[in-house]
Amino acid sequence: MPRVIPIVMRMTTSDEALATAAANGDGRAFALLLDRQYDRLFALCFRLTGNRAEAEDLTQDICAALPAKLASYKGQSRVTTWLYRVAVNAAHDRRRRQASAARAADGWGDWELNRQAANAEAADRLDWLTRAMSRLTDDLRDTLALVFDDLTHAEAAEVLGVSEGTISWRISEAKKRLRALRETEEAE
Amino acid sequence: MTTDRDEFDDLRAAMTAATPRPDAGKRAENLRLAQQNFDALQGSRNAARPNPATAPKGLWQGVGEMLKAFTTKGGLTVTTAIVACGVLILTPQGRSVWQDPEFTVTEGDTVLTDQVAGSELAAEERAEDESGLALAAPEPAAAPLAPPPQARSVQPLGEGMDALMAEPAPTAHSDFIELGPDTEAYPSADTNPLKVVVEEPVSTFSIDVDTAAYSVIRNSLNRGTLPPAEAVRVEEMVNYFPYDYPAPDADAAPFRPTISLMPTPWNPDTQLLHIALQGELPAVDDRPPLNLVFLIDTSGSMNDAAKLPLLKQSFRLMLGNLSPEDQVAIVEYAGSAGLVLAPTPAGDRTAILAALDGLGAGGSTNGQGGLEQAYAVAATMAEEGEVSRVILATDGDFNVGLSDPSALEDFIADKRETGTYLSVLGFGRGNLDDATMQALAQNGNGTAAYIDTLNEAQKVLVDQLTGALFPIAGDVKVQVEFNPATVAEYRLIGYETRALNREDFNNDRVDAGELGAGHSVTAIYEITPVGSPARMTDPLRYQPAADAGDSPEIGFLKLRWKEPGEDVSQLIETPILPDMGSAGTEAQFAAAIAGFGQLLRGDTALGDWGWAEAIALANANRGTDPYGYRTEAVQLMRLAESLSAR
Repeated sequence: MPRVIPIVMRMTTSDEALATAAANGDGRAFALLLDRQYDRLFALCFRLTGNRAEAEDLTQDICAALPAKLASYKGQSRVTTWLYRVAVNAAHDRRRRQASAARAADGWGDWELNRQAANAEAADRLDWLTRAMSRLTDDLRDTLALVFDDLTHAEAAEVLGVSEGTISWRISEAKKRLRALRETEEAE
Repeated sequence: MTTDRDEFDDLRAAMTAATPRPDAGKRAENLRLAQQNFDALQGSRNAARPNPATAPKGLWQGVGEMLKAFTTKGGLTVTTAIVACGVLILTPQGRSVWQDPEFTVTEGDTVLTDQVAGSELAAEERAEDESGLALAAPEPAAAPLAPPPQARSVQPLGEGMDALMAEPAPTAHSDFIELGPDTEAYPSADTNPLKVVVEEPVSTFSIDVDTAAYSVIRNSLNRGTLPPAEAVRVEEMVNYFPYDYPAPDADAAPFRPTISLMPTPWNPDTQLLHIALQGELPAVDDRPPLNLVFLIDTSGSMNDAAKLPLLKQSFRLMLGNLSPEDQVAIVEYAGSAGLVLAPTPAGDRTAILAALDGLGAGGSTNGQGGLEQAYAVAATMAEEGEVSRVILATDGDFNVGLSDPSALEDFIADKRETGTYLSVLGFGRGNLDDATMQALAQNGNGTAAYIDTLNEAQKVLVDQLTGALFPIAGDVKVQVEFNPATVAEYRLIGYETRALNREDFNNDRVDAGELGAGHSVTAIYEITPVGSPARMTDPLRYQPAADAGDSPEIGFLKLRWKEPGEDVSQLIETPILPDMGSAGTEAQFAAAIAGFGQLLRGDTALGDWGWAEAIALANANRGTDPYGYRTEAVQLMRLAESLSAR
């Protein structure tokens, strides 16, 4: 998936410059920055939760808290890395706060039911997605959610606060489980 | 290698296809919410820091400095010109004159026009808030934009603005943070109110041998902050300390009540009624074998030096004090619950230590699944005459997998009937769910302790191991009936979360606290004698004065308790006489700690009595203090004194 950076008004201003300005109190820089990042943020939240309603709530939580979190942006890392770290932490907090390991798994399940009306081929593919995601642990799911957005292993490692080797291991672990899932399904 | 790429890319493609577009309405709402919080935060930051060094100097600040400099008539003329200028800017058209698109507005220095516009905007957004912006909406988002009242009183702003002006300004930026890392929860209970004896002569409560509150307070103070008032449970602070109360006689009940009266340290016109229960300490050699199931939280949040590693060290200490006949099992719970160590004799230290060392933190918490498994393991270990206990060690996250928190309590209350006890050990700070820990321990016939240091582990798991693990009396309830002829008013200090209804006292099905071997329990009432100038309420004109037949009794103490495992309670009764013996060092120290707790809660009953007096009283009554707990308490009081003076 190619990374699309929307080109708006201040096309020359980098996300990093906007974030620094926002951290210093520039309201319009903040607005512009969030406008640029919102869609990616929401997509990440969806991948982290597997449920549209949860993703919307999580995005709202992050938007509400983001101004206060800006102080932690030090300009050393890319804005997306920083923003994703905020998002992943918020997702963790949310899971902890509300019974959601169970619910996240449920989320994938509910969502499966909602989609069953869709045409057969798509439904088949989505079912597989649901089954595949609910087969993975939170850690693996978080890692995939980041890597699916074209983050490098190093960036994902920075976001999740683990080593690059851990990310690589998690990816291969996820692949292993996916393969096992497919094999059992094909055997059936 | 192409096959594994396939699954991975399939998943990515499926995920991309499944990801919905953000809802446009929600998107706009969230962006607005973020902006609102952003603005509010700038405001509160600037309020705390009125002269931001980084901000460009605003127009009005410059004008103010100019005005200060002018004293001449010429100066006044210039001033008039500036005011005209200001009027221009106050109109919407004027506003656009100076609003350069690249000009960065910093609220601390904002010109008046922007404040007006900002307030209107905020009022508008606020109206939308009320129509259903979800939970994370900031409270008074517009308040920081509102300048000080004296500067604003000339501006007629309409109702919306008036309402906003009435809002208190946010005091800290934490007002706006929904996602703070600190998710501690404490049971909320108001301080016990003053009771008038004529109206409510009977006071009933369950004993409380938990000590968690004291350790939480110590941890807070040592970190340089005063604990939140709701974290302070006075009775748990008082009961943290071992007291040298008279031990029960061999053939009598397993505990012995001691009653004394003393002048209240903080009020010369009232008295403290001090009720102490001392449990017997059976010979350690005679104790029945123990079955312990360690239920250990290994969720990701336990990955902290003060949590899992401390827990392992603590259990290692405890292991040395078990006898070879005891059995130990370990269940861990994270995303799923698992039996880490099947029931193993405590003599097999190598196996137990290896299992302990193998525990690692990761995943989320599934408290209920773990408890179910722990109780199941305990059931397989139980034999006639043995004591089974589940020891739950956690940092307090229970919520995963539970739709209804009370279901967990119900589950534990159910299991209580099977005779398995539950102890809860809290570790670490940050998301300590004190309320849930309390509820679990109370419902599971057990104790809750908070372990912040290895010293505390030594106290709870080694020095007081026998008391922590062997109950000698169950469902201990206390009821005091005061004599209206001698006592006008009373106030129970602490025990807010342990209050019972009057009728619960005789109802054996109502659960209450357990007393462990060698434990002592202290309860303190502040009582106002009839005729005392300290009386807060006036006697009633139309009620007959109480006539207790010249009885000098202060009141009547009743205690109910059960032998462990029994269903039927036994009763102990004794009148409280004014000459029950003067209070010794032990009661005086307990009073000092009760004062300490009330100071931390900010209770008003203490009057001018403050930290210095509390410290002096505690210092003078440290007694022999073989473990140094009382010395430590005095140090904590001194720390709290300094912190509260800031």
